[in-house]
Amino acid sequence: MPNKAILPAAALALASMSAAHAADSSDPIIIPTHNWSSQIVMSHVVGQIFESMGNSVEYVSTDSQAVYESVRLGDVTLELEVWEGAFGPAFEAALEKGGLHDAGDHNAVTREDWWYPAWTKDACPGLPDWQALNDCAELFATPETGDKGRFLGGPVDWLKHDQERVEALGMDFVVVNAGSASALWAEVAAAERDKRPVVIFNWTPNFVEALYPGEFVEFPEYVEGCKDDPSVGPNPNATYDCGNPANGYLKKAAWDGMPDKWPNAYAVLQKISFTNPQIAEMAKLVDIDEFEPEDAAAEWLEQNEDVWKPWVEGGA
Amino acid sequence: MTATATNTTPLATGADARMRVAQVLLASALLLAAGKGLLPQVLIRPPDWLVWPFADWINAFFAFLRDDLGLIHVTRAFADGVEWLLDVTANLLYGKNRWPRIGPIPWTVIAITAAAIGYYLNGWRLALLAGLTFVWVAVMGQWEWTMETLSVILVAAPVSVLLGLLTGTLAWKSPTFRKILNPLLNVAQSLPHFAYMIPVVVFIGVGPKAGAIVTIIFSVPPMIRMTLLGLQKVPPEVIEAGHMAGATRWQLLRHVRLPTARSDLLVGVNQVIMQCLAMVVLASFIGMPGLGQKLLQLLQGLKIGRSIEIGITIVLLAVMLDRCSKAWATKQPEHLEKGTSWLIRHRILVIWASLATLFWALSLVFPLLHEIGRREAFSLSDPLDAIMDWIIVTLDPITQWLRWFLIVWVLIPLRDGMLWLPFSAVLVFLMAVGWAVGGRRSALICLAYFGLIAMSGWWDRAMITVYTVTFAVFLATLIGFPLGIWGSRSEGRARAVLLVCDTLQTFPSFIYLIPVIMLFGVNDVAVVGAVVLFAAVPLIRYTIEGLRGVPEAQIEAANMSGASRKQTLWSVRLPLALPTIMVGVNQSVMFSLFMVIIAAFIGTQDLGQEMQRALSSSDVGKGLVLGLAVAFMGLMVDHLVTVWARRRRKALGLEA
Repeated sequence: MPNKAILPAAALALASMSAAHAADSSDPIIIPTHNWSSQIVMSHVVGQIFESMGNSVEYVSTDSQAVYESVRLGDVTLELEVWEGAFGPAFEAALEKGGLHDAGDHNAVTREDWWYPAWTKDACPGLPDWQALNDCAELFATPETGDKGRFLGGPVDWLKHDQERVEALGMDFVVVNAGSASALWAEVAAAERDKRPVVIFNWTPNFVEALYPGEFVEFPEYVEGCKDDPSVGPNPNATYDCGNPANGYLKKAAWDGMPDKWPNAYAVLQKISFTNPQIAEMAKLVDIDEFEPEDAAAEWLEQNEDVWKPWVEGGA
Repeated sequence: MTATATNTTPLATGADARMRVAQVLLASALLLAAGKGLLPQVLIRPPDWLVWPFADWINAFFAFLRDDLGLIHVTRAFADGVEWLLDVTANLLYGKNRWPRIGPIPWTVIAITAAAIGYYLNGWRLALLAGLTFVWVAVMGQWEWTMETLSVILVAAPVSVLLGLLTGTLAWKSPTFRKILNPLLNVAQSLPHFAYMIPVVVFIGVGPKAGAIVTIIFSVPPMIRMTLLGLQKVPPEVIEAGHMAGATRWQLLRHVRLPTARSDLLVGVNQVIMQCLAMVVLASFIGMPGLGQKLLQLLQGLKIGRSIEIGITIVLLAVMLDRCSKAWATKQPEHLEKGTSWLIRHRILVIWASLATLFWALSLVFPLLHEIGRREAFSLSDPLDAIMDWIIVTLDPITQWLRWFLIVWVLIPLRDGMLWLPFSAVLVFLMAVGWAVGGRRSALICLAYFGLIAMSGWWDRAMITVYTVTFAVFLATLIGFPLGIWGSRSEGRARAVLLVCDTLQTFPSFIYLIPVIMLFGVNDVAVVGAVVLFAAVPLIRYTIEGLRGVPEAQIEAANMSGASRKQTLWSVRLPLALPTIMVGVNQSVMFSLFMVIIAAFIGTQDLGQEMQRALSSSDVGKGLVLGLAVAFMGLMVDHLVTVWARRRRKALGLEA
């Protein structure tokens, strides 16, 4: 899998090397922003790096699933956060249609799974083990779920297969889907008031970690095939009888026309690689310190020159 | 149907016959429901052969339009034109690096310009309102986002007005075109916003231009309607006079008809502006920059206080633009004596020009007069957050109980009941209602609308939408009706209540979603709660307007015959106001249908949730089918209420 991803990227890198001294087009590089802060700040960080190289940059806010169609058509130039779990399918579908390619991985790993805020552990001390969670199911009951526990999942279009997992593992939980990420956070914020136990869908890196410390539930470890092959995993008759991978990729994607049109910016894009703490820091500047994304990006760039300067200097 | 009030006997027998058929239909609906166990599956849920693949057909049609007919080049060319305009306003207002590269204009200069326009239109008070709105925006540090929003509206509104004028005039000229256009407009005005967006994403892409275009599409129907209405109302005498003056057809249109229809046209302009503002937040889903986008980001971070600040800005902008366009509609041309000097005739222009130049110069020296950054800006977010927190904590014990009660005893049973009903029983029941209200034609119309919903294959989800909307409108009536009666007691109260209604209505609906979740959690109670807030507004408004619109003479007559205040209310004022109140119910249903789609962001299992999915996968066919299903519900209610109200008005002698 990693090899497959690297090969075309390397080929494109070679192609862009041959055009090495060609200057970048003066057309603006269009960077899409979505509705979570780390992505917005990262987009501005990268945008400001491009600007420091003399490029012009514009930002456009788009839906995080529909964006791959736009990258493919060249309406936007790149995408900086391709999460394996959330956007892997959309990205790979677009990859198949052609028009965009994989521009390399970030150092960061992503994880998306069932998660609870710290106070939940007081009520259900056996956590983070999933069987312990199941034993406490009643604590998570709500009027609409009767005496079963409620798991608040993300919007259905995130396709998380929580329902399948509940069935495969025989859990006493009902999956209720929130309609948006905001709805998830609002629920946690409301639960915090009376320290009510909740278990929701969450991911890392994410600003919520800074606001509400918590942990992921440990499900049977993810093994290749557990999602397609019933015989893999603890339940021999069901698929999805495991957690999500604890170290999913975080990729960058670029429009196929980018290496030719902005060869220098593209060279930098390939080198760009952020770590989990760096991404969390970007999110924190906006969510906790109340910077505007532009200012947060400028602040981050100022504090982390040793991180990004080498990318630019090596590239020109 | 043809029976008129001139003779009471045929009217009565007509009504009796109608009722008898309706009763028979109602009985059969009950029978179908009661005998569900005996029914064949075909009558319980639409069978496969009845579910037609409308979505695939629409997708095939769109693919044909786009790829085979090459419509995508046309739309992209149009979009490029719009983009060029957007770049100009974007440069002027917030300094985007495009031609003419003059901007950004300092905020002080824009505030002065707004005040000057306000003064020109309606004197000091409007000048203050317009000026202070921009001062608020600047001081709260929202300048750039507001300018981003305005840069789109400044393009979208005029384009929309122009398109509306053009289409309206064409419709007025050609009766055939009018016949085709009318149902299209009806559907367009009841289609949920999201349904428009998917085709726009496919044809135009994302970004400010897509935001502008979706805003144009959404705001053009009222302009078309008002243009048509205005032109149709022009009295023949005026046209005669034009003819006698020897005007050509074009001159007649340009110099006689359009100016005579001026006030209707300007009402249309006003509606266009209001629709544009309503789209500010929603259009940001497909890339419209500015306040809406910022608002969604802030809500995502649960920053309620700062989202409310943005909400206030949107309301202020709406009020300002509303007042300005209304003042423009009623403004009479000024007539100055001959020989008045140029300076006096153009004194506002001169004062504006000198002040603007002065402040532009000053802003070069004092950057604070040019732009106020977020750091120097004020913020009300701390007190606002504290108030919100306090409200939520205080209400918490009540809402916890209410949540439990509503879910366990009301909502779950209701929903299960709705889903349990055989679809044939629902269809026959709707026919019964239709027949009772308007005879066979109405019954068939009801059947057609809901029959199509059944054929779309989304029956279960549609029933959940119906259940949410019905219950929300019911609650809204319980709240809105007494409030309306209370508000209609005096002029002052009426004005105060209507002001609150206007504010609630222009306040971006997304802001309500978060507090509602905090109060009720992610469930149907929260959804119903959010919908009720919106559904109550038109009910209150029309109750007040209906009650206050009752002819003085009628009330006087009641008073003279010694009726108590209560008797006058129940036996005279309410019955006379009922047709108007029913218009409120109608609008309430429309608003609920729009809001229930937005409430998908809380988490629902109805049509709205599927619509969200269709948007994120850019599935045009599915989105339009779902949108049409919602529109049909609204159109059916609209039909029933209109027919009923017309009949009622006739019976009351309010209308010939």
